[in-house]
Amino acid sequence: MNLLSLERLTVDFNTAEGRIRAVDDVSFRIPMNRSVALVGESGSGKTVISQAIMGLLPSRASISSGQILLHDPLNPDVDLDIAKLAPDGPQMRAIRGNRIAMIFQEPMTSLSPLHTIGDQIGEAAQLHQGVSAPEARELTRTMLSLVQFPDPNRGIDAYPFELSGGLRQRAMIAMALICKPALLVADEPTTALDVTIQAETLKLIREIQHELNMSLLMITHDFGVVANMADDVVVIYHGKVMEKGSAEDLFREPKHDYLKALLNAVPSFGMKEGQRLVPIRSIKANLGSFLKNRAEACGSKTGNILQMSGVTKQFTSRKGGLLRASPRVFTALDQVSLSVKRGECLGVVGESGSGKTTAALAMLRSFPVEQGTITFDKGTGPVDISTFNRAQMLDYRRRVQLIFQDPFSSLNPRMTVNDILMEPLIIHGIGTHQERQQRARELMDLVGLNAKYLRRYPHSFSGGQRQRIGIARALALNPEMILCDEPTSALDVSVQAQILNLLQDLKKELGLTYLFVSHNLAVVDYIADRIAVMCRGRLVEIGPTQSIVEAPIHPYTKALLSAVPEPSLDALLDFEHLDAMRASEPELWPEPFRLEQGVAPELVEVAPDHMVCAPGMKTRETIEMLVERVS
Amino acid sequence: MLYYILRRLLTMIPTLLVISLLTFFIIELPEGDYISNQIAVLKASGESASIAKLEFLRQEFALDRSFFERFAIWVGLWPGPHGFDGLIQGNWGWSFEYDKPVYEVVGPTLPLTIVLNAATILFVYLVSFPIGIYSATRQYSWGDYGFTFLGYIGLATPNFLLGLVLMYLANAWFDLAIGGLMDPKYIGEPWSVDKALSVLSHLIVPTIVIGTSGTAAMIRRLRANLLDELHKQYVTTARAKGMKEGALLVKYPLRMALNPFIADIGNLIPSLVSGSVIVSVVLNLPTVGPVLLNALQSQDQFLAAFILLFVSVLTLVGMLVSDLLLAVLDPRIRLGGGSGS
Repeated sequence: MNLLSLERLTVDFNTAEGRIRAVDDVSFRIPMNRSVALVGESGSGKTVISQAIMGLLPSRASISSGQILLHDPLNPDVDLDIAKLAPDGPQMRAIRGNRIAMIFQEPMTSLSPLHTIGDQIGEAAQLHQGVSAPEARELTRTMLSLVQFPDPNRGIDAYPFELSGGLRQRAMIAMALICKPALLVADEPTTALDVTIQAETLKLIREIQHELNMSLLMITHDFGVVANMADDVVVIYHGKVMEKGSAEDLFREPKHDYLKALLNAVPSFGMKEGQRLVPIRSIKANLGSFLKNRAEACGSKTGNILQMSGVTKQFTSRKGGLLRASPRVFTALDQVSLSVKRGECLGVVGESGSGKTTAALAMLRSFPVEQGTITFDKGTGPVDISTFNRAQMLDYRRRVQLIFQDPFSSLNPRMTVNDILMEPLIIHGIGTHQERQQRARELMDLVGLNAKYLRRYPHSFSGGQRQRIGIARALALNPEMILCDEPTSALDVSVQAQILNLLQDLKKELGLTYLFVSHNLAVVDYIADRIAVMCRGRLVEIGPTQSIVEAPIHPYTKALLSAVPEPSLDALLDFEHLDAMRASEPELWPEPFRLEQGVAPELVEVAPDHMVCAPGMKTRETIEMLVERVS
Repeated sequence: MLYYILRRLLTMIPTLLVISLLTFFIIELPEGDYISNQIAVLKASGESASIAKLEFLRQEFALDRSFFERFAIWVGLWPGPHGFDGLIQGNWGWSFEYDKPVYEVVGPTLPLTIVLNAATILFVYLVSFPIGIYSATRQYSWGDYGFTFLGYIGLATPNFLLGLVLMYLANAWFDLAIGGLMDPKYIGEPWSVDKALSVLSHLIVPTIVIGTSGTAAMIRRLRANLLDELHKQYVTTARAKGMKEGALLVKYPLRMALNPFIADIGNLIPSLVSGSVIVSVVLNLPTVGPVLLNALQSQDQFLAAFILLFVSVLTLVGMLVSDLLLAVLDPRIRLGGGSGS
């Protein structure tokens, strides 16, 4: 029996340029108690479909034709056509939040910061089930235990900003499910979360789905999530259904070229050495004249280009609240030692708050560090970057550049691409105006963008194109090393493949060194030569990519690896053995990895180049025992 | 919370000191003082009989001392000719122009000033809120355009002109007495119900006149703030719960859009006092505005300094009130200490 059937649904947007068809003749069904995944890139219309189902379409959009039939098990005689209901009318309101509920992508912004969690969760119950405020509170408490809130009695009176992202998403789920809906629409529910939290959240959604006997419409662009969650899959592109069927069929034998291409663009573990991702729209980096000036810039230097030893950074939060007067100290980096070899790509992995971005910023001397030294070697021996004077610092800035995470906010919207690319040259006083313009054209060529776009402003580019402009800007000064701070996490998979390939080509051709910060292990596995894993400001494991991925030793690394959803039905997540809460708590790690407050996170070499943080391990034999236990 | 209020009150003391020093400094910027000006006038006209008396007065008011001494004596931190006798001790100073203590000059006008200000703020908020909400929720409708148009007229019309027009209309159509804040027969009378009613009916015109531009500005700001909030994700979340539009609007985005307005209470007060001077002159309102203008012109320094200080105190109190209200309304301020987003 189908709970919800979309029949030839078409949604149009009225814009200044005329009508734009966002959803074109889409039909699919959501059976009772089953999970359907709606997959597509951004702009494919998948969110518009969810809005149509919820009756939450923006005022510019309208359903031009088609039906959305709801067959409610509580009212089995009628098939209600949601598309015909007035979105603000009482009938639609009675369905929304009651029979069909929704969770959104951003747990940060989708809860009101001024109201307690309990208030916001209980509201739906008060609206639809006519319960009194105390009863709603009781229901809320039950829901919070159901979504495994650590302390429901305290959580009910917490404000959203007091909770972590994972807990907020749990609160969102509790809010959506309090009326026990027949259908849950989840719009990218885990995209904004860390991998370990994502795995926990997916597990939670699955468990609750079975407990409440509801159907699930999962909207996502992540094939890893699809493989783990969906019974049926609908692939959508430009508002049209490209392919639909059971997950089994689609993963084993993708028929449509678009789906094949999407699957090829996703990085996964166990890709062969040298195997490349195939982006849907591949770009050609044109090195041409850029290489000529490059030859003398990078001779054949070897050794460590950058080295951190025992670096500690603490942040003091600006006084407590009104009631707390004492400042809190937060250790963002705890005696971190690592080195970056010239010409390699070192991946730095960890959850949010692990200190991976802080480490990258410390390397740029964005702030002074409390302890330890960071040395940079431009070919004349290592020099401590904290001793650099103004001129030396300027030279250092030329050699080490940064690519940012968010391509939307990292480009000045009031500067043309030409200005953006020329600015570094102007700051460093390089070349004449003509030479700078020549350089800007070469840079555009380098990242596969047409030089005639130089006069445009950033808003006329897509996310991927903007990120390429960001890369071009980083390359403008001919740097030796580039720090990439999650450069692809804001992009679609197909665009991500494009950017990753571009970065790889540039590295090979220009002899660049990368420090690649990411929370996505599959991406790091694809691009990095060595991986450093960080947790709570400590470096817990570092080693060659292959040994980290295939033979991880530290429990945190293992937890991270086991939480990555693979885009394949053969390597599903082991929901039974997830333990994210414990895995990121250094005090709860088993011996010899346990790290108490104040204990120096010492690294022990377990294999050539492979170090792991195990302060409880001193002798050679225990190390060998451990290695054996792993292998 | 109590600790916070206490701390805020304590920090007000140095702030007040600095403000009073600045006020005093600015008041004394012009050459000479009231009495030395008088002496100059007398000397020019050849009369020297009363000069001795004026010289005595200069000493009496410590005008012959150095700047900091004069300031400290005025505040009451330094012994003057009569020992410690300044603001702290409750002596508000002497008005040369009126030849009366400052207390007697401004005393009757202060409560009326506060009443008029409070009425105006109330008017601004009461009128601008419904209109602002209407404009934001029905963006680009005819109603929105209409109010926008009215708002721009309100902003662009000079207050005193509006005052004159309204005065005429109120008198011609409603037979409301014009000018003053009460019927002349109640002036100097003790307070009674009739007198209060008379004040109320006289308040209507000045409140509208002084409040119009503030209301217009407030409508625009509330509309813009609310429009920002209306497109936030948490509003969609609430809608997805099946809430009614009206209830949703009041509970979520309006609460969020309120913050800047509460934060603004402290700022409104000085602009209302200084903005209403001309209106008060035109409408013949017995507020401190015209008195201040007079005092500044005639270098009646203690009177002017006191009024300026009084306005600063009002502002500080307004700031304190808005900070406390913000802390009550916004848990992020109360609990977060700037860490929330």
